[in-house]
Amino acid sequence: MSDTTPIAVIVDCTDGTVTERPLTADEIAVREADAAAAAAAQAERDAAEEAKAAAKASAVAKLEALGLTADEAAALLGV
Amino acid sequence: MATTCKLIAKTTLGSSASNIEFTSIPGTGYTDLLLISSTRSDRGGVGNGKIIVTFNASTSGYSYRTIRGSGSAASSSSASSQSGLDVSAFTATSAGQTSNTFSSTEVYIPNYAGSTNKSVSSTTVGENNATEAYILAMAGLWADTSAISSLKVAEESGYNFVSGSSFFLFGISK
Repeated sequence: MSDTTPIAVIVDCTDGTVTERPLTADEIAVREADAAAAAAAQAERDAAEEAKAAAKASAVAKLEALGLTADEAAALLGV
Repeated sequence: MATTCKLIAKTTLGSSASNIEFTSIPGTGYTDLLLISSTRSDRGGVGNGKIIVTFNASTSGYSYRTIRGSGSAASSSSASSQSGLDVSAFTATSAGQTSNTFSSTEVYIPNYAGSTNKSVSSTTVGENNATEAYILAMAGLWADTSAISSLKVAEESGYNFVSGSSFFLFGISK
Protein backbone atom coordinates (compact mmCIF):
# COMPACT_ATOMS: atom_id res chain seq x y z
CA MET A 1 0.00 0.00 0.00
CA SER A 2 1.10 3.54 -0.70
CA ASP A 3 1.68 5.70 2.38
CA THR A 4 1.79 9.03 0.55
CA THR A 5 -1.19 11.33 0.03
CA PRO A 6 -3.13 10.06 -2.99
CA ILE A 7 -3.16 12.28 -6.03
CA ALA A 8 -6.18 13.09 -8.19
CA VAL A 9 -5.67 14.00 -11.83
CA ILE A 10 -8.31 16.36 -13.23
CA VAL A 11 -8.90 16.51 -16.99
CA ASP A 12 -11.04 19.47 -18.08
CA CYS A 13 -12.95 18.39 -21.17
CA THR A 14 -13.55 21.95 -22.34
CA ASP A 15 -9.90 22.56 -23.18
CA GLY A 16 -8.04 19.36 -22.28
CA THR A 17 -6.19 21.00 -19.40
CA VAL A 18 -4.74 18.46 -16.97
CA THR A 19 -4.10 19.39 -13.34
CA GLU A 20 -3.14 17.44 -10.25
CA ARG A 21 -4.11 17.88 -6.61
CA PRO A 22 -3.86 15.82 -3.42
CA LEU A 23 -7.09 14.20 -2.26
CA THR A 24 -8.86 16.00 0.56
CA ALA A 25 -9.31 14.37 3.97
CA ASP A 26 -13.00 13.88 3.17
CA GLU A 27 -12.20 12.18 -0.13
CA ILE A 28 -9.70 9.88 1.58
CA ALA A 29 -12.28 9.00 4.24
CA VAL A 30 -14.85 8.13 1.56
CA ARG A 31 -12.31 5.95 -0.26
CA GLU A 32 -11.47 4.10 2.93
CA ALA A 33 -15.12 3.53 3.75
CA ASP A 34 -15.77 2.28 0.21
CA ALA A 35 -12.81 -0.08 0.40
CA ALA A 36 -14.02 -1.51 3.71
CA ALA A 37 -17.54 -1.99 2.33
CA ALA A 38 -16.19 -3.64 -0.82
CA ALA A 39 -14.03 -6.01 1.22
CA ALA A 40 -16.99 -6.96 3.40
CA ALA A 41 -19.20 -7.55 0.34
CA GLN A 42 -16.49 -9.66 -1.29
CA ALA A 43 -16.07 -11.74 1.87
CA GLU A 44 -19.84 -12.28 1.96
CA ARG A 45 -19.87 -13.42 -1.69
CA ASP A 46 -16.91 -15.74 -1.09
CA ALA A 47 -18.62 -17.28 1.95
CA ALA A 48 -21.84 -17.80 -0.03
CA GLU A 49 -19.90 -19.47 -2.86
CA GLU A 50 -18.10 -21.74 -0.42
CA ALA A 51 -21.35 -22.72 1.29
CA LYS A 52 -22.94 -23.44 -2.09
CA ALA A 53 -19.99 -25.61 -3.15
CA ALA A 54 -20.07 -27.50 0.14
CA ALA A 55 -23.80 -28.13 -0.18
CA LYS A 56 -23.31 -29.39 -3.73
CA ALA A 57 -20.53 -31.75 -2.67
CA SER A 58 -22.68 -33.05 0.17
CA ALA A 59 -25.60 -33.64 -2.20
CA VAL A 60 -23.38 -35.57 -4.63
CA ALA A 61 -22.04 -37.74 -1.80
CA LYS A 62 -25.56 -38.55 -0.61
CA LEU A 63 -26.73 -39.42 -4.11
CA GLU A 64 -23.71 -41.68 -4.60
CA ALA A 65 -24.56 -43.38 -1.31
CA LEU A 66 -28.00 -44.12 -2.80
CA GLY A 67 -26.32 -45.91 -5.71
CA LEU A 68 -26.03 -43.22 -8.38
CA THR A 69 -22.73 -42.91 -10.20
CA ALA A 70 -20.80 -39.65 -9.90
CA ASP A 71 -21.76 -38.78 -13.49
CA GLU A 72 -25.44 -39.43 -12.79
CA ALA A 73 -25.35 -37.33 -9.65
CA ALA A 74 -23.60 -34.52 -11.51
CA ALA A 75 -26.15 -34.69 -14.35
CA LEU A 76 -29.00 -34.54 -11.84
CA LEU A 77 -27.52 -31.50 -10.13
CA GLY A 78 -26.47 -29.79 -13.33
CA VAL A 79 -22.81 -29.61 -12.32
CA MET B 1 -26.10 13.61 -38.07
CA ALA B 2 -23.11 11.69 -39.28
CA THR B 3 -21.86 8.89 -37.08
CA THR B 4 -18.58 9.93 -35.51
CA CYS B 5 -16.24 8.95 -32.72
CA LYS B 6 -14.21 11.91 -31.50
CA LEU B 7 -11.64 12.17 -28.76
CA ILE B 8 -12.92 14.56 -26.09
CA ALA B 9 -9.94 14.46 -23.73
CA LYS B 10 -7.07 12.21 -22.66
CA THR B 11 -4.29 11.90 -20.13
CA THR B 12 -1.29 9.65 -19.57
CA LEU B 13 0.05 9.55 -16.03
CA GLY B 14 3.58 10.79 -15.52
CA SER B 15 3.48 9.58 -11.91
CA SER B 16 1.15 7.47 -9.79
CA ALA B 17 -2.38 8.73 -9.13
CA SER B 18 -5.32 7.33 -7.21
CA ASN B 19 -8.01 8.68 -9.48
CA ILE B 20 -8.60 10.48 -12.76
CA GLU B 21 -11.56 12.78 -13.25
CA PHE B 22 -12.91 13.99 -16.56
CA THR B 23 -14.82 17.18 -15.79
CA SER B 24 -17.07 19.50 -17.85
CA ILE B 25 -18.06 16.72 -20.25
CA PRO B 26 -20.05 18.44 -23.01
CA GLY B 27 -23.78 17.79 -22.81
CA THR B 28 -24.40 18.25 -26.51
CA GLY B 29 -22.78 17.11 -29.73
CA TYR B 30 -22.62 13.45 -28.73
CA THR B 31 -25.09 10.70 -27.92
CA ASP B 32 -22.81 8.22 -26.13
CA LEU B 33 -19.51 8.17 -24.25
CA LEU B 34 -16.70 5.68 -24.60
CA LEU B 35 -13.90 5.49 -22.06
CA ILE B 36 -10.81 3.53 -23.03
CA SER B 37 -8.05 3.01 -20.51
CA SER B 38 -4.74 1.24 -20.25
CA THR B 39 -3.94 0.76 -16.57
CA ARG B 40 -1.61 -0.95 -14.17
CA SER B 41 -2.22 -0.97 -10.43
CA ASP B 42 0.46 -0.88 -7.72
CA ARG B 43 -1.59 -3.46 -5.79
CA GLY B 44 0.24 -6.79 -5.37
CA GLY B 45 -0.67 -10.10 -6.95
CA VAL B 46 -2.07 -11.05 -10.34
CA GLY B 47 -5.37 -9.67 -11.58
CA ASN B 48 -5.92 -7.65 -8.43
CA GLY B 49 -6.28 -4.20 -9.97
CA LYS B 50 -9.53 -2.39 -9.31
CA ILE B 51 -11.06 0.17 -11.66
CA ILE B 52 -14.05 1.91 -10.11
CA VAL B 53 -16.10 4.31 -12.24
CA THR B 54 -18.46 6.94 -10.80
CA PHE B 55 -20.42 9.78 -12.37
CA ASN B 56 -21.08 13.36 -11.25
CA ALA B 57 -19.27 12.67 -7.95
CA SER B 58 -22.21 10.48 -6.92
CA THR B 59 -21.52 7.55 -4.59
CA SER B 60 -24.93 5.88 -4.71
CA GLY B 61 -27.31 4.11 -7.06
CA TYR B 62 -24.89 1.74 -8.79
CA SER B 63 -25.56 -1.92 -9.49
CA TYR B 64 -23.92 -4.41 -11.82
CA ARG B 65 -23.51 -7.98 -12.96
CA THR B 66 -20.23 -9.48 -14.05
CA ILE B 67 -18.89 -12.58 -15.70
CA ARG B 68 -15.22 -13.36 -15.25
CA GLY B 69 -12.96 -15.91 -16.91
CA SER B 70 -9.51 -17.05 -15.84
CA GLY B 71 -8.79 -19.33 -18.78
CA SER B 72 -9.68 -22.41 -16.77
CA ALA B 73 -12.81 -21.37 -14.89
CA ALA B 74 -15.64 -18.89 -15.16
CA SER B 75 -17.64 -17.18 -12.47
CA SER B 76 -20.32 -14.56 -12.22
CA SER B 77 -21.53 -12.18 -9.58
CA SER B 78 -23.91 -9.32 -9.02
CA ALA B 79 -23.99 -6.39 -6.67
CA SER B 80 -26.55 -3.71 -5.85
CA SER B 81 -26.58 -0.48 -3.86
CA GLN B 82 -22.94 0.15 -4.65
CA SER B 83 -20.96 3.39 -4.39
CA GLY B 84 -19.48 2.91 -7.88
CA LEU B 85 -19.21 0.55 -10.82
CA ASP B 86 -16.38 -1.91 -10.37
CA VAL B 87 -15.46 -2.47 -14.03
CA SER B 88 -12.53 -4.77 -13.24
CA ALA B 89 -13.56 -6.81 -10.17
CA PHE B 90 -10.06 -8.19 -9.56
CA THR B 91 -9.23 -8.58 -13.23
CA ALA B 92 -7.02 -5.60 -14.05
CA THR B 93 -3.27 -5.89 -14.30
CA SER B 94 -1.49 -5.44 -10.97
CA ALA B 95 2.03 -5.37 -9.61
CA GLY B 96 2.53 -9.14 -9.59
CA GLN B 97 2.25 -9.34 -13.35
CA THR B 98 4.99 -9.01 -15.96
CA SER B 99 6.68 -5.61 -15.75
CA ASN B 100 5.29 -2.92 -18.00
CA THR B 101 2.14 -4.83 -18.87
CA PHE B 102 -1.19 -3.01 -18.66
CA SER B 103 -4.90 -3.86 -18.67
CA SER B 104 -7.19 -2.73 -21.45
CA THR B 105 -10.63 -1.51 -20.43
CA GLU B 106 -13.54 -0.15 -22.42
CA VAL B 107 -16.58 1.44 -20.79
CA TYR B 108 -19.55 2.36 -22.99
CA ILE B 109 -22.28 4.73 -21.78
CA PRO B 110 -25.19 5.19 -24.19
CA ASN B 111 -27.49 8.20 -23.88
CA TYR B 112 -25.23 9.75 -21.23
CA ALA B 113 -26.93 13.14 -21.42
CA GLY B 114 -30.49 11.79 -21.40
CA SER B 115 -33.02 12.06 -18.58
CA THR B 116 -33.32 8.34 -17.88
CA ASN B 117 -31.26 5.99 -15.71
CA LYS B 118 -27.85 5.28 -17.22
CA SER B 119 -26.91 1.82 -18.46
CA VAL B 120 -23.23 1.04 -18.72
CA SER B 121 -21.31 -1.88 -20.21
CA SER B 122 -17.64 -2.65 -19.98
CA THR B 123 -14.92 -5.16 -20.68
CA THR B 124 -11.56 -5.45 -18.98
CA VAL B 125 -8.75 -7.70 -20.12
CA GLY B 126 -5.59 -8.11 -18.06
CA GLU B 127 -2.25 -8.44 -19.79
CA ASN B 128 0.36 -10.79 -18.39
CA ASN B 129 3.12 -12.57 -20.27
CA ALA B 130 2.46 -15.68 -18.22
CA THR B 131 -0.35 -18.18 -17.94
CA GLU B 132 -2.47 -16.37 -15.36
CA ALA B 133 -4.62 -13.47 -16.56
CA TYR B 134 -8.30 -12.59 -16.55
CA ILE B 135 -11.13 -11.14 -18.59
CA LEU B 136 -14.27 -9.55 -17.22
CA ALA B 137 -17.48 -8.29 -18.80
CA MET B 138 -19.85 -6.11 -16.83
CA ALA B 139 -23.39 -4.87 -17.34
CA GLY B 140 -24.12 -1.99 -15.00
CA LEU B 141 -26.68 0.61 -14.09
CA TRP B 142 -26.49 4.03 -12.48
CA ALA B 143 -30.02 4.67 -11.21
CA ASP B 144 -29.92 8.41 -11.74
CA THR B 145 -31.63 10.53 -14.37
CA SER B 146 -29.05 13.33 -14.39
CA ALA B 147 -26.99 14.03 -17.48
CA ILE B 148 -23.44 12.84 -16.95
CA SER B 149 -21.11 15.82 -16.79
CA SER B 150 -18.14 14.28 -15.02
CA LEU B 151 -16.64 10.83 -14.83
CA LYS B 152 -14.13 9.53 -12.31
CA VAL B 153 -11.93 6.45 -12.64
CA ALA B 154 -10.39 5.34 -9.35
CA GLU B 155 -8.32 2.61 -7.77
CA GLU B 156 -9.41 1.49 -4.33
CA SER B 157 -8.21 3.19 -1.15
CA GLY B 158 -4.51 2.67 -0.55
CA TYR B 159 -3.67 1.89 -4.16
CA ASN B 160 -2.80 3.81 -7.30
CA PHE B 161 -2.62 3.61 -11.04
CA VAL B 162 1.07 3.68 -11.94
CA SER B 163 2.94 5.98 -14.29
CA GLY B 164 2.21 5.18 -17.92
CA SER B 165 -1.46 4.39 -17.29
CA SER B 166 -3.56 6.26 -19.84
CA PHE B 167 -7.20 7.30 -20.14
CA PHE B 168 -9.10 8.41 -23.24
CA LEU B 169 -12.67 9.73 -23.29
CA PHE B 170 -14.45 9.64 -26.65
CA GLY B 171 -17.77 11.10 -27.68
CA ILE B 172 -19.93 9.10 -30.07
CA SER B 173 -22.59 10.74 -32.19
CA LYS B 174 -24.99 8.64 -34.23
